[in-house]
Amino acid sequence: MLHMLPDTAVLFAGGIPIPFEAQTTRLAASLGLPATDVQNAFWTMAVGALCAVCCSLAGCFLVLRRISLLGDALSHSVLAGTAGVYLLTGRVDPVPMLCGAIAAGIVTAVLTQFVHKAALVPEDSSIGIVFTSLFAFGVVVVSQAKHVHLDLDCVLFGDLAFAGVNLHPTFGWLVPESFRSLIPTLMITLLLLAVFWKELRLTSFDPTLAVTLGFSATLMHYLLTTVVAIVTVSAMDVVGLLVVALLIVPAAIARLLTDRLSTMLVLSCLIGVSCTTIGYLLALRWDSSAAGLSAVVAGAELLVAIVVSPKNGLLGRLLRTVRLRIRICAEDVLAGLFRRQERSDAPDKRVQASVSECHTLAGGGIMSVAALRWLLSRQLLQQAGPVMLLSETGLRYARSMVRSHRLWEAYLQENFNLPSDHLHDPAEAMEHFIGPGVQQQITEELSQSAEDPHGRAIPDVKRQDVR
Amino acid sequence: MTARTENKTSAVFDIHDMTVAYDRRPVLWNIDLTLRNPGLVAIVGPNGAGKSTMIRAAMGLVPMVSGSVSAWGSPIGRELGRIGYVPQRGSVDWDFPISVFETVLMGTYGSLGWFRHPGRVQRDLTMRCLERVGMQDYAQRQIGQLSGGQQQRVFLARALAQQAELYFMDEPMAGVDAATERVVFELLQSLSEEGRTIVVVHHDLRTVSEYFDEVVLLNVRIVASGPVDTTFTSANLQSTYGGRLSILDTMAEAVQKQTETE
Repeated sequence: MLHMLPDTAVLFAGGIPIPFEAQTTRLAASLGLPATDVQNAFWTMAVGALCAVCCSLAGCFLVLRRISLLGDALSHSVLAGTAGVYLLTGRVDPVPMLCGAIAAGIVTAVLTQFVHKAALVPEDSSIGIVFTSLFAFGVVVVSQAKHVHLDLDCVLFGDLAFAGVNLHPTFGWLVPESFRSLIPTLMITLLLLAVFWKELRLTSFDPTLAVTLGFSATLMHYLLTTVVAIVTVSAMDVVGLLVVALLIVPAAIARLLTDRLSTMLVLSCLIGVSCTTIGYLLALRWDSSAAGLSAVVAGAELLVAIVVSPKNGLLGRLLRTVRLRIRICAEDVLAGLFRRQERSDAPDKRVQASVSECHTLAGGGIMSVAALRWLLSRQLLQQAGPVMLLSETGLRYARSMVRSHRLWEAYLQENFNLPSDHLHDPAEAMEHFIGPGVQQQITEELSQSAEDPHGRAIPDVKRQDVR
Repeated sequence: MTARTENKTSAVFDIHDMTVAYDRRPVLWNIDLTLRNPGLVAIVGPNGAGKSTMIRAAMGLVPMVSGSVSAWGSPIGRELGRIGYVPQRGSVDWDFPISVFETVLMGTYGSLGWFRHPGRVQRDLTMRCLERVGMQDYAQRQIGQLSGGQQQRVFLARALAQQAELYFMDEPMAGVDAATERVVFELLQSLSEEGRTIVVVHHDLRTVSEYFDEVVLLNVRIVASGPVDTTFTSANLQSTYGGRLSILDTMAEAVQKQTETE
């Protein structure tokens, strides 16, 4: 983020092996692209993926602890940390800068708690106050420094697009420079999860219980904050301030898709990797910011998740509503046929209705088509040429529906002060939701249960074995 | 002297001169409370009487201005492993991605300490606790899918998994149906028969004499405490619910003002 001017020349060492070189060369050949391009793309995607995995893992706990804003705060105060180190040492060295950035992250967390408690400001405001002040401090220091130049683009977007171009020798391999910070970061994150899995989950879910069981929730908070600071610092070099998107969005999407913490962690990693990978490929195509597009992709994936989420997804809710409507229409047909049979001269003879009459009973429209198919597929209705008739099970089902309807009318009559012409409509709505249990309960509560308020017999059902 | 020490160690739980303040404003005044025998104890009092605060302060979750709390004769901080706390149901995020089983398993963490992971013993214990509250069929459900009463049972199962000898429960009956309330009370009674002490913040005055052995009447100060038969009298209730002592309110404000201006 901070560069000495002039930029240090990239050292290219010959003869050091590059991992996966053979594979990328082969892929390049099969795609008919230059080998270096494919290799660059491969390493860029690898850096992006590594970044995404670190961010997603840490981000899950930020989201669950409802301290997402802390990620934002840390990414801003990192600048203050690096600037502070520059102020002290007068040099731009990567390792001290990294330490300074991490220290700034921890200072942010501590100051946030301090301002929150001492000044009695709500925690979110306190985070806002602390990180903007620290960020501003960093900006002031950098603007005063003579030989240091703040690369604004780099702060905002990182240098993901070039992450795969500059390969550096590391432990005998030629790999992207960011691997040097990202691999240890991933190790630290995984170590935190492996060692403190139980404690992290406990303090995230119920800090009070944690304290009474003898686990320090405060210690875990600072431990997590430190790891998030490390993740933020390493990831910011690659994706800039958009690290916030990688921290929060994949975790939030994963939360929508699952109810298990372990699944959530794995899913958020996959989602994070897909964001950076798709974002980078789109950036190549449109010649745009890779980090920016990764964040846009993350936002788009969140929208998709909102639609398809199994729990509260719009699509799921729509499907459930449609299914319910179909059932209600179908049940209306059954009840209608039953009433018709009841009114006919020969109540024991199975009543017949034409297909179009059934459609009318179901309320017409596309729903009635679906409803009739629903009934036929469950063999509640039988089709004999142009006419429909109730099957044995259909008759039982229908009888139960009408029973529910009339029981509800009787119940309303007894407990509500309603005129008798106000009883049918509510019963028409409620009949679809009254199961055998409620039928039983109403029967027990009613003083006389043989007839409904309109004087029609409440049909008796011995066993309700259809629903 | 010997007799006094003896007396003190025999008390299950003892609060001595506890005063608790929020932001310098006292909310509990000079609480003195001794529970000598195991049993079911209700803490009763109007809203804002400091019932929850009292047990939270006793557990060390809220700082005390003055006073000391001991259990079985030693400072409570040393005995936390033998004490279980069941917070109000609203204190956790029920949307948290965690199953019923995992939630109850957390009760065993205290005996595990840092770093050790729960094993076979803890899992078996968890399952037994779930069975005891009748929630074994819901073990793999996410906790948010449960009804209020079921959530309360999960909290109780978690407390059981702590295998504590002294429990503090903050309104375990809040928002549960009559059936759950009965189940909960039967459970509390069986715990009490095993020689444990259960201190319950309770709202429903009608059920106090039916279920509890002892009662603590609280309204920012202890109004009375002792066996239900002799303590739960209409005179005591009158002075608990008949309004706060207005001098205490005035004093609380005065203390707060003084500390602010100085």
